Formats: sequence, structure tokens, C-alpha cells
Amino acid sequence: MAVVGSELYRLNKLLVWQGFKQLAPIGMFVAAFGAAFGLAATQAGLADSTTLTMSMLVFTGTAQFAILDLWGPELPLFTILLTVFAINSRHLLMGATLYPWLRHLPPAQRYGVMLVVSDANWAMAMQTFNRKEPGLGVLLGGGIALWLYWVLGTWLGVYFGNVISNPKAFGIDMVMACFLLALVLDTQKSLSTFITWVVAATASLLAYWYLPENSHVIVGALAGGIAGTMVIDKTPTEESLGEEKNEH
Amino acid sequence: MSIEATTLSILGVIIAMALVTLATRWGGVYAMSFVPIRPRVQRFIQAMSGSVLVALLAPMAVAGDTAARLALLTTAGVMLVFKKPLLAIACGVVAAALFRYF
Repeated sequence: MAVVGSELYRLNKLLVWQGFKQLAPIGMFVAAFGAAFGLAATQAGLADSTTLTMSMLVFTGTAQFAILDLWGPELPLFTILLTVFAINSRHLLMGATLYPWLRHLPPAQRYGVMLVVSDANWAMAMQTFNRKEPGLGVLLGGGIALWLYWVLGTWLGVYFGNVISNPKAFGIDMVMACFLLALVLDTQKSLSTFITWVVAATASLLAYWYLPENSHVIVGALAGGIAGTMVIDKTPTEESLGEEKNEH
Repeated sequence: MSIEATTLSILGVIIAMALVTLATRWGGVYAMSFVPIRPRVQRFIQAMSGSVLVALLAPMAVAGDTAARLALLTTAGVMLVFKKPLLAIACGVVAAALFRYF
């Protein structure tokens, strides 16, 4: 079994293709959102080529929507970049959580895979690793699928306008949130996990209400991480008992 | 700092946005290459991975509109009872759509 565990970082064409197919269904909804972005960007006065270039190069839904409010004849560069950074800072944490597996890859592959990291494929990859299955194929293949759908959706929205004039009416805006929530609840539950989540949720809400905009994800996640470290330390599971003794 | 929107400056802004985003995608991995993966660090990472999603969802669940809250509540309920992710997601989305329809 130890051999299987040590190979969880493996990455080959078949795994990437499987990952692609695994996330393709959720990609349809990403395309719907891309279309909504394309339309919103056109309405905000962005040229068609600008909107498409942005979706292709930046590939980050929430942040792209957020900067539309800042767009105009004068571009507040610093505010735009700060907004993009704040919303995307969760990628920093995602990269860190993937590192235990990514470190086995040569640098070009390691950073190449990270080009397409986003919420859905990262969450799916972590869940795959938790099941003791290789997850980097989901990360890369799924990421490529999401990128394609995002760009395709943007293109549809730019050139055909009201493909889906009101995604909210169909609840499409909730697909991603429900998907992520289902993944969260699909993990193994224990008291320490529960405490971690409560701390993360509380910290996130406090940051949402009282700290600068867009800081809640990183604040909540770090608080949850720290809480988890302490709680898991103090919970006497076989694993921590067995390994802690050797460590110190 | 504001800059006038011209074809060239717009392209520059997009490239800058792409670079900032890329820095967030690469930065965490790069920083971790200086951190030895001890059991304590591993536990931090493990706890943080679930926390990212919880922190992302918490404001939606508490401060979102009624349809959003209903969708998340439905997903959570179906997930806890039936443990079927696809069913849970579908029920959540339908709940939001129905609420907005009526």
C-alpha cells in the first residue's frame, strides 16, 4: 500500500484526459458564466478583442467580473491590480496545499500545471488525493477543460450577446458554490475537522464584515489552518500518537 | 495611479493582471519549496485546504440573497442525507431557480 501512496503525484496523458472528462460537465456552467462575463464586459465598454484576451490570459472569473466596475476611459491601474491580487490570493494557499505532491515533479511540469489552477479543479484534485488516488490529472486536465469553456463562453457572450440573458433565473450562479459545498461535505468528518471549519467560517465572516474587501477567503483559510494544526495536535489519533513520538 | 485607456495601455493592463494572477498561482508553490514538510506543516496544509472552501462559502451562506442561502442549505441537506454530490448540486440549483421563479 505504501507504494501506491508514494505514486499519487504521477501525471500522464491518460490521467489528464480522465481529469478533463471529469470536469467537463461543470465546465458547461463555467461557459454560461463566461457568456455572462462577455456580455457584461461589452456593456462596460470593453472592446471584443480586449474581453477575449483577458479571459484567455487572466482566466479568473470572480476577479474579471470585479474589475469591470473599475473600467473606463481612465484605468486605475493600482486599484485594478490590487483587486485582482486580493481575490486571487487564495491561489497562493491552493499552491501550498498542492505542494506535497507537486514537489515530486520537475519544475517545468510543477509550474506548468499551476497555470490552470482554479477553485473547481483544485478542490476536485484535493478530494482525489484524499481518496488516495492520483489527483494531478484532475488538476491539469480539469483546468484545461475549465479554461476552454471559460474562453468559449466569453466568446459566445461577446459575439452573440444574450445567449443566457439572465443566468440567475436558472440558478446557474449557484452551481459553482453548490459544487464546492458538496465537495466540502464529501470529506471525512471528525471533531477536529468540525472545529477547523467553525474557526474558518467565523474568521471569514468577521473579515467579510470588518476587514478590507476580498480579504475573507485568505483570512478564513489561514485561521482554519492554524486552528486545525492545534486541534489535530491535541486530538490523540493513532496517527499523531505514532508519528509524533518518533518526531520529537 | 490612473492611465488613459488606449489600445496599447489596455493591453498593458491585461498583461499586468495576468502577471499578478500568475504570481498568485505560482507563489504558494514557490514559497513552499523553502519550507520543510514536517508533520505539523502537513497538518496545517490539510486543515487549510478544507478551510479555503469554507471561508469562500461562509459569506454566501450568511450574507447572500435568500435564493443563494436556500441553494446552499438544500445542497448541504441532500449531501448529509444521501451523500450523493451530483444530486445535492442539482437540488441546490433547482431550489434557487424555483425560489426566484415564484
